[in-house]
Amino acid sequence: MTINWFKYASPASFYFLAGRMIPYFTALAIILLVAGLYVGFFVAPTDFQQGEAYRIIFIHVPAAWMSMFLYTVMAFWAGVGLAFNTRLSSMVASAIAPTGAMFAFLALWTGAWWGKPMWGTWWVWDARLTSELILFFLYIGFMSLQAAIDDPKRADKAGAIIALVGVVNVPIIYFSVQWWNTLHQGASVSMIQSPKMATAMLSGMLIMTLAAWMYSIVVILIRTRLIILERERHTAWVSELREGVLE
Amino acid sequence: MKPRHKKMAVIALSVSALAVSVVLVLNAFQSNLVFFFTPSQVVAKEAPIGKSFRVGGLVEEGSLRRDGDGTTMKFAITDTAEVIQVAYTGILPDLFKEGKGVVAQGKIADDGIFYADEVLAKHDENYMPPEAAEALERAAKAQKTSFKQ
Amino acid sequence: MKWESLSDFFAMGGYGLYVWGSYLVAMACIIGEVVLIRSRKRTLYKHFGQKKRSILRGEK
Repeated sequence: MTINWFKYASPASFYFLAGRMIPYFTALAIILLVAGLYVGFFVAPTDFQQGEAYRIIFIHVPAAWMSMFLYTVMAFWAGVGLAFNTRLSSMVASAIAPTGAMFAFLALWTGAWWGKPMWGTWWVWDARLTSELILFFLYIGFMSLQAAIDDPKRADKAGAIIALVGVVNVPIIYFSVQWWNTLHQGASVSMIQSPKMATAMLSGMLIMTLAAWMYSIVVILIRTRLIILERERHTAWVSELREGVLE
Repeated sequence: MKPRHKKMAVIALSVSALAVSVVLVLNAFQSNLVFFFTPSQVVAKEAPIGKSFRVGGLVEEGSLRRDGDGTTMKFAITDTAEVIQVAYTGILPDLFKEGKGVVAQGKIADDGIFYADEVLAKHDENYMPPEAAEALERAAKAQKTSFKQ
Repeated sequence: MKWESLSDFFAMGGYGLYVWGSYLVAMACIIGEVVLIRSRKRTLYKHFGQKKRSILRGEK
């Protein structure tokens, strides 16, 4: 099993490694999602002030966390691609953007549907909500810019600049509730304080967060593999793959 | 759609998305970083008196009452240092309660009352079952009485 | 069991519209993303003229 291209083309080795990992992460995502929903709806108690409406938290918080985390990872890989001209890292960055945008949208959507019954409004222009909306626009900007540029190398560079400039927004979102007056409440879970949630509620939220992680890994791996095939279609290893030589 | 047109549309979309986000950034950072003023800030004339602005704090315990016509609510917003009297006609959010957080938007009239046209509830970051909340409250009361003794 | 009946579960203490409005859209987003990825895959495979799709899986 000595295949010479294996050493030189890292997208190729990633392609096969990712292909082997996807089924495991899919299984984990499904198990965690079922467990998280079970804990969220059948174990976690009713909240003392928000009643059952607080159960939106089990998607809202994981979605908001993922949207910020994925943006940071996307900016990191886009930056690595820009600095070291590594093909694979730019492809991973492009693969992350749609999933990150989806989670940012979900955080905003579920926030609106939570805010209406609890706060009395779908939307306010406070610092937390506005900065999360800006995050969503940054994802959209990154994706449409990359789609608008035909040459993948130039698209990667342009995207990396947006991604890196926009990364300052991530700490702004996170600390907005401490730095400024907002309608949005402060963090229930943080590094420096003990969580301000009952254990069953917290575990439901954390399991759903893990499920969101696994889901993201699966979707991003699949999308990266597709981008690899799209971009490397003229290389020898993809032609061999297409002819079934590698099977 | 021809590919060239499609590309133009995509470029137009990305440019407008970026423009929208820039406008949002400026809008947010100019006017909404101070989302609300505390009663102390209002008393210290830091709030834009004469214009519409937001006051945030806690609904003072025992301050909520209905006016004669039954639709206008009067209550006080406090930050434990200063108190602002508020009048509001409309539906209050479900979480509006005495002793809980509130953000009201409106204007201060010459009579010194803040006439709100929007009242939002601001809840805290604690989540627990009602029994736990009651237990906490009992514990807090018990501590208070033990201090008195 | 904390819910007395199925309708009790769907009512969500009167907040059913908001809770399910959030969860349904989340589900739609996930399904939408999966459908988009599949169609992207199909386009690519069509472009490659692949008869046997399993070849591109490259799991072996």
